[in-house]
Amino acid sequence: MDAAAPPPRLRLSGITKRYAAVTANSDISFEVGAGEIHALLGENGAGKSTLVKIIYGVVHPDAGEIAWEGRPTAIADPNAARALGIGMVFQHFSLFESLTVAENIALGLGARESIAALTGRIAEISGRYGLAVTPSRHVHHLSVGERQRVEIVRCLLQSPRLLIMDEPTSVLTPQEAEGLFDVLRRLSREGCSILYISHKLEEIKALCERATVLRAGRVVAACDPRVASEQQMAEMMIGGALPVAHRPAPLKEGRVCLAVDGLSLPADEPFGTNLRDISLTLRDGEILGIAGVAGNGQKELLAVLAGERRAPDAAAVRIADTPAGLLGPAARRRLGLAFIPEERLGRGAVAEFPLTENALLTAYQGFTRGGMVRYGAVQRYARDIIARFRVVAAGTDAPGSSLSGGNMQKFIVGREVGVNPRVLLAAHPTWGVDIGAALAIRQALMDLAAAGSGVLVVSEDLAELFEISDYIAVLSGGRLSPPRRTRETTVEEVGLLMGGRMADAAARDAVHAA
Amino acid sequence: MRLSLEPRARPAQAMVWLSPVLAAVLSVIGITILFAVLGRDPVQALHTLFVAPLASLDGLSELGLKATPLLLCAVGIAIGVRADVWNIGAEGQFTVGAIVGSGVALAYGGAGHWWVIPALLLAGVVGGMAWAAIPALLRTRFNAHEILTTLMLAYVSIQLLGYLVHGPWKDPEGYSFPQTKQFEADAMLPVLLADTRLHIGALFALLSVPLGSILLGRTLMGFRIRTVGAAPAAARYAGFSRNAIVWFCLLLSGGLAGLAGICEIAGGNGQLTPVISPGYGFAAIIVAFLGRLNPVGILFASLLMALLYLGGEGLQVTMQLPIAVTGTIQGMLLFFLLAADVLINYRVRVRVPQAAGTTQHA
Repeated sequence: MDAAAPPPRLRLSGITKRYAAVTANSDISFEVGAGEIHALLGENGAGKSTLVKIIYGVVHPDAGEIAWEGRPTAIADPNAARALGIGMVFQHFSLFESLTVAENIALGLGARESIAALTGRIAEISGRYGLAVTPSRHVHHLSVGERQRVEIVRCLLQSPRLLIMDEPTSVLTPQEAEGLFDVLRRLSREGCSILYISHKLEEIKALCERATVLRAGRVVAACDPRVASEQQMAEMMIGGALPVAHRPAPLKEGRVCLAVDGLSLPADEPFGTNLRDISLTLRDGEILGIAGVAGNGQKELLAVLAGERRAPDAAAVRIADTPAGLLGPAARRRLGLAFIPEERLGRGAVAEFPLTENALLTAYQGFTRGGMVRYGAVQRYARDIIARFRVVAAGTDAPGSSLSGGNMQKFIVGREVGVNPRVLLAAHPTWGVDIGAALAIRQALMDLAAAGSGVLVVSEDLAELFEISDYIAVLSGGRLSPPRRTRETTVEEVGLLMGGRMADAAARDAVHAA
Repeated sequence: MRLSLEPRARPAQAMVWLSPVLAAVLSVIGITILFAVLGRDPVQALHTLFVAPLASLDGLSELGLKATPLLLCAVGIAIGVRADVWNIGAEGQFTVGAIVGSGVALAYGGAGHWWVIPALLLAGVVGGMAWAAIPALLRTRFNAHEILTTLMLAYVSIQLLGYLVHGPWKDPEGYSFPQTKQFEADAMLPVLLADTRLHIGALFALLSVPLGSILLGRTLMGFRIRTVGAAPAAARYAGFSRNAIVWFCLLLSGGLAGLAGICEIAGGNGQLTPVISPGYGFAAIIVAFLGRLNPVGILFASLLMALLYLGGEGLQVTMQLPIAVTGTIQGMLLFFLLAADVLINYRVRVRVPQAAGTTQHA
């Protein structure tokens, strides 16, 4: 580089951060140029979060240097980062439900500016970038996509020169994601650098011009994502060849194993979603994917299918031809239902229990005699799950909290699949798990269906649903669209249904009545 | 130099059991300072408190006698706390168990029925269960927390006892003392060791240790209890009914406390008086935590607590110290235990000022 060229916007040299037992970042060096959209790739636990927290001043490195526009800089805290021109949009939003958009932004800026003046600036920024936000609306009315736009507007009001985006599209419909990319490309043309963290490789290919790959806290590769293939990038991330999932040939049409008929249920908590007139049919050997952005009734539907909430009448939910709407979770399990919940520790597993007892949690019906637990048999079951799913754990005595998220999820999947359920419900089964574990989990779901069970998968990951499902339906605003055969529908079509919540209620009701 | 607490990567298992020992040692230091401040000879006081009671067979049997109600109440409390069910009012169930059991003893004793003792023991258990059923109902039906209701009902039970011994159950030949008639000999619990007061209630208490351990560690009910306590959402997901666990834990601990209550009467004075317990039901809460909510640990903790009661009585007699000393020591023990428990999840880090210079940030 010759001396006259401008220095990069951000240069990291030898950044190292150690925690008591692990080295989260080790000797990380790379540069982000002015106006560059730079991807940070890596599996969970590769050190991406620690690194961006260092850049944003939340965490301080043990060694190494951050140079901002050529000058070595110590970033003491997020305020200092913002003062330099670094903005960050977090994966989980930090908005107050009961305040308006403008009030939330005012709080985030901490500036002494009247709400009226701020409202004008919000309108100006949102107009310039096509980020539709209404400053006077209360946040609890907003969809997830709208909330994210509020966060982005909040960053843009501070004229950032580096914007950090942490998994921004995990909560968006495909159309919303496209809209976001337009905004990011425009910011990039105006000279704002973007550090983009995602595990969705097709997005990285579409958006980014450079990528830095982290593995186990180190930079292991850099590439041009416009040139490298998705497979190549995935292999850089996992450090080996990518196993391939395969779907066994589907069986001929099986018997109905789960049926929901005209189910409506009001939300049981504030800001919950009412379920409206939901009907679905799941057959033996079939995988039904339920797409949609979280917060559209997924939690409520799963609770009423699993029995944690009762349906209004027994016939509204039928499991294996038995009316089950009024049964609790244990009784539904006796009918052959199994369930992989969204939250792993604390719900799907107990953090302080050893894996043996975590195996017992839902599989207890086969492991008791006269009220006594057959711990020897449970331990063998836990050992089988660990072996079959290659769960990385210190043994059957290891507490749930000692496993990584992906390994815990593999264990839970193994436990639920291992009881040979007639119907398996899976909520976001691969959310936040690494590529290898996600493949193993998808394969287990497909194998279970091939063996004749019905599988219902609720997921926000459309690529996943298109890969494994026979049918796809969309849950939006508490309503379920009629399922379509996966090979007869498209991502665009499903995406339009997912965005249905934004249409005003009258139009939605008219469409539904038609 | 500066001391700071740093979270541990995972809870220190050794600290779980070292913490009660540390608390006991710190309490002894505290007691020593307390005696010195009171102007008494600390060595003599410690000897009276901890050594003298253990020096004779009589003392040892008294130790077992005092440990019996503590152990029975604490095992029940601990099983409840494992399910996040807080029976703070074992004292009340103890009292009602004593009342109901005594009712059976007074009504049927003296006629030579072989079944009087089993019946009065059963009545004690049922009385304790019935008293604990009230908070269970209030909790499962109206979501009124058992910490409050069990505690309040403990005071109600003491009033009930006072009413009975001052009123309808007062011994007509008792020179107007507020007490019931003496139980007949066939309604008194058999003594285990000749010439001591140690009665068969101690066997029930000892038996509660293995049974409690098996319940918690080997049965599905115990697994349910621990799951409800450790992760309520996981229990809901697994289909374990929280209400059923609340009922089970309160009835179990109520029944054990009721058994302790009737054993205390039928194995002791053989009559009800306005005060039948020096706070066993409350001290058992400390015992449960000191024993790490584990029945085996509780066995040792109940012996320690019984020793404090015995030694406290010795201090009253030989050094003319007030009975409040026992309560003070119990309080100190709980205080130091809770403080030492911080070390299970945190480690103490000593910082030397120059260490701040090792990072590039001020």
